Amino acid sequence: MGYPHKPHPRETVVLSRHFGEADARTYKGWVKRGGYEVLAQALAMEPGRVTDIVKESGLRGRGGAGFPTGLKWSFMPKEKNKPHFLCVNADESEPGTFKDREIMRWTPHALLEGSAIAAHAIQAEVVYVYIRGEFTEPWDFMARALAEANDARVFGAIKIYLHRGAGAYICGEETALMNSIEGKRGNPRIKPPFPAAAGVFGMPTTINNVETLAAVPQILKHGAAWYKGLSLSSPKSTGTKLFSVCGHVQKPGNYEVTMGFPLKDLLYDLCGGMRPGRTLKACIPGGSSVPILNREETESCLLDYEGVVDKGSMLGSGGVIVFDDSTDMVYQIMRLARFYAHESCAQCTQCREGTAWTTKILERILSGRGTTADLDLLLDLSENMTGKTICVLSDSCAAPVVSGIKKFKSEFEDYIAGRRKPVMVA
Amino acid sequence: MSVTAHPTPAGTEEYQPVFVGATLEALGEILTRYPTRQAALLPALWLVQGARGWISDRNMAEVAEVLGLTPAYVKGVVTFYTMYHQHPVGRHFVQVCTTSPCNVCGAEDVVRALLEATGANELGATSPDGNWTVIEVECLGACGFATPILVNDDFIESVTPDKVPDLVRKYK
Amino acid sequence: MSTELINLTVDDVPVSVPKGTLVIEAAKQAGVLVPHYCYHPGLPVAGVCRMCLVEIEKQPKLAIACATQVAEGMVVKTQSSAAKSARTGVLEFLLINHPLDCPICDQAGECELQDFTFQEGRPATRYSPVYAKRFNPVEDFGPDVLYVPNRCILCTRCVRFMEDVAKEPVLNVSERGDRAFIGIHPEARLDHPWAGNVVDLCPVGSLLSKDFLHKARAWELDKSASICTGCSQGCNITLDTREGVVVRVRPRPNLEVNRYFICDHGRMSYRWMNRGDRIEAPLVRRGGELHATDWDEALEAAATLLRGAARRGVVLASPRASTEALFFARELFRARGGDWRGAFQVVMGEEAALAAVPNLALRAERAPNARGAELLGYGRDYAAAVAAAETAAVLLVLDEPEIAGRTQGALIYAGTVLPAGGRGEAGGGGGGARDAQVVFPIANVAEEEGTFVNRDGRVQRYFQAKPTPGMARPAWWVFSELLAILGNGDGTEARVATAAAAFDRLASSVDAFRGLSYTHLGLAGVPASSTVPVPA
Repeated sequence: MGYPHKPHPRETVVLSRHFGEADARTYKGWVKRGGYEVLAQALAMEPGRVTDIVKESGLRGRGGAGFPTGLKWSFMPKEKNKPHFLCVNADESEPGTFKDREIMRWTPHALLEGSAIAAHAIQAEVVYVYIRGEFTEPWDFMARALAEANDARVFGAIKIYLHRGAGAYICGEETALMNSIEGKRGNPRIKPPFPAAAGVFGMPTTINNVETLAAVPQILKHGAAWYKGLSLSSPKSTGTKLFSVCGHVQKPGNYEVTMGFPLKDLLYDLCGGMRPGRTLKACIPGGSSVPILNREETESCLLDYEGVVDKGSMLGSGGVIVFDDSTDMVYQIMRLARFYAHESCAQCTQCREGTAWTTKILERILSGRGTTADLDLLLDLSENMTGKTICVLSDSCAAPVVSGIKKFKSEFEDYIAGRRKPVMVA
Repeated sequence: MSVTAHPTPAGTEEYQPVFVGATLEALGEILTRYPTRQAALLPALWLVQGARGWISDRNMAEVAEVLGLTPAYVKGVVTFYTMYHQHPVGRHFVQVCTTSPCNVCGAEDVVRALLEATGANELGATSPDGNWTVIEVECLGACGFATPILVNDDFIESVTPDKVPDLVRKYK
Repeated sequence: MSTELINLTVDDVPVSVPKGTLVIEAAKQAGVLVPHYCYHPGLPVAGVCRMCLVEIEKQPKLAIACATQVAEGMVVKTQSSAAKSARTGVLEFLLINHPLDCPICDQAGECELQDFTFQEGRPATRYSPVYAKRFNPVEDFGPDVLYVPNRCILCTRCVRFMEDVAKEPVLNVSERGDRAFIGIHPEARLDHPWAGNVVDLCPVGSLLSKDFLHKARAWELDKSASICTGCSQGCNITLDTREGVVVRVRPRPNLEVNRYFICDHGRMSYRWMNRGDRIEAPLVRRGGELHATDWDEALEAAATLLRGAARRGVVLASPRASTEALFFARELFRARGGDWRGAFQVVMGEEAALAAVPNLALRAERAPNARGAELLGYGRDYAAAVAAAETAAVLLVLDEPEIAGRTQGALIYAGTVLPAGGRGEAGGGGGGARDAQVVFPIANVAEEEGTFVNRDGRVQRYFQAKPTPGMARPAWWVFSELLAILGNGDGTEARVATAAAAFDRLASSVDAFRGLSYTHLGLAGVPASSTVPVPA
């Protein structure tokens, strides 16, 4: 299975440079490509210096929240009187997102190298790479790469372990992931304490996304200024980003572009546009948890943290879900609500009950038995589900519902008024 | 109000422990990775499922004993994670992603084709020959390669209804 | 928690609380009860029910009062429209899968879901009746606990109690999302000696006591503060009575003794308080038989025996008797300059600690007032006292049915029941209560006011919960009356009208209790000042 596409000329391949090269998965192949050189240099540096470089680069978390990575590292205690841990979030489960999987499948050593550098920067002796249970193939590549790198003793005193998830979206939430590593249900924790104070096993912990860490060796190799220069728009969004594009485009897949790249060009140029005879209807730009954009918003959106917020959504994980004019938005929003209802950990009342209720209402609308009051009810429930729970899963369920009703209301009304044939049985 | 007592564990045959020999050694190695025994719970459950195909209540009690936990605690964890089977499943366990991105690319047609080709007929049911169980799952994280499916540990991308019969034949 | 004080306002009421206090606790001090379900002061914070959302000025989002620590100058608004509507939202979510079967639910009337819904819930649901409600069958969790999952709001108090307080995680949250329920492993039972607390902790009618099932509606119950007689721990309890019958025992919070909990042994030890085979009238021996009589005759008969007894007496007392009764029993001899000897025996059982709470256990010594008896000079050498009783002029037995000895002197028995065994009967042989010259019917712990001294020397009051049967009277009254009859002008002739006065007499003459009074003791009790060592 080769990588689906040769890099498009408008891509800036930093992380994906070696995607498709099977040889890059081996330790030898990685070293041949210059791998593990900066790790050796970094291990010889003051930890604080490594953090400073990453701070300067402007690298922000690629998992969804976009928190500045160097700043996050700097929250770790400088005075070390407890063991420190690094958790690598490879629980990629956000619908529409499949970039971390690709990094682990093609360049596992890039992730391992970045992880070891980060561990050094935060003075962690142990790294847990939490890989979602369904990622059997990435697991195998990671396990092989780790064994080879361990044999080559490139990590110094740092120990890296893989930890397999077992089917729970919520474990991508940082504190849920820590609970899961500890052998508990993947329940998000109330904060504070924050992970840098009391994370996994109650010890100071930093948690980073796969793509974030894979970028770190490149930053150290080419310098913070180089990375910062990779930006087409906002100085607050630097470097390249892997965008996973899926749904109704001709060439779905992962595309690496510099921050600030126009979403329109990504879809129509790099991804080959819509299928013949089809037009764009809607797009979710940052994984299923962010508000839906309509066509106008999509075609005028710049892909960086600020640009997507300007359009009323979020860059999130960079999972771009594309819907063309054949899409039944009500049905897809129901599918997303059902996803969140399935994945709710059951702790917070609003989430446990609200995600399921929302799904039921959407299903009833799709069965032709909805009422106009249902739409107001959905919006009110969404309001009650937003900003009131331990984590944002509940908010994530509300986001597509609220934006969907706002932007595609007539589709809901068609079902309610009987203008559209029911697609579900109540 | 009806009161249901807990069923007595089925079967009187002697329980064969999972954690003996190589499996016990594997667990021993896993335990070196974590500061607590409890942290080895998810890996231990994977070992059980690998050895037995599913995780019975009796297995959970064994895991609890090995890791110094209570059976109830272990059960709480097992039921949280959807990949742990609490019941026996077919020899080939098929998970089909039907979340939105795959859904718009025809995932539900893939499910129908799989149910038909495997003879499982119904989601979650096992085919009469005991070979196949097909379930819908939420996002498998390969949305660009719709529709991805997992057949046991084999991750297969870009499955379409017309590819299903061949695929099923390959596993027979 | 430090002693540094933080100033804040809750609903415009200023309060100063120690640094580290949670907003929900600070609010209590301001007289504001923030509605909540998962929070319980005796459990680790979970922050999951989201019911205690309040507005805090300068914070962008609503905060949960149970997990937010106070800060200087904080302005908390529990009644802002945002906070109220958020809580109304939570209540609506909690009710969509709730069966609303209050008419048949034991919790009705003391249900926090009812109370807060009444207070700030929506008048009607928006959950369509078309949608199915979650349904799971009732589960038998353990010897005294039923789980009704349909009423469960997943607050996880029960799970946290078993995991973090009892340290025996036998309950779990099973499954996730709206399929979640409280689970147990099929081979496990909720039979921990402290398991019954999960029923009290449950804010709704999801965990039920089999013992209390369908016994009474909450509003039919009268509640009286009492002290558990199950062991020497002295757990503070509430006796719930219906029509003068004790139907339930629940813990009464006392951070110094039992925090918020009681053990199942104590919880279940109440049926004897309702015994029907009570002595209801004083009895005196006439012509070899015991005859019912009035108090005047009985007291006079006993006084006569005591007067002629050359003041040599033995008292065999129950360690379940009140401190006041033990005091006056002793004074019958001691105040008159007599030579007396008192002893008690304690039934022993297995100790069962509540793991996470220091110094809280079902104690091996299954009596509430052994320490009080000791402070009053009663000894543990019961066998020796029984032997001494043989030659005593008077043997006074206070509610101690297990009298194995015999006496050549007079026997006065004060008790709740007349135990089997007497002259000529197996196991009797002369020392049985049925051989007494005088029998006094006395009140049991539920029928009188009094005090016990727990194993740590804490003097604690209990209150009357139900009427005494027939002519029975508190033992302190019986003995104080007798003492007054025998009185010789040195103060002993003064009558005692109330338990409080009885305690005052005790406090004025026994060092360990000096300076104490019922007012001082209040509902939580105070340590006695004695330095008598606690027996090992």
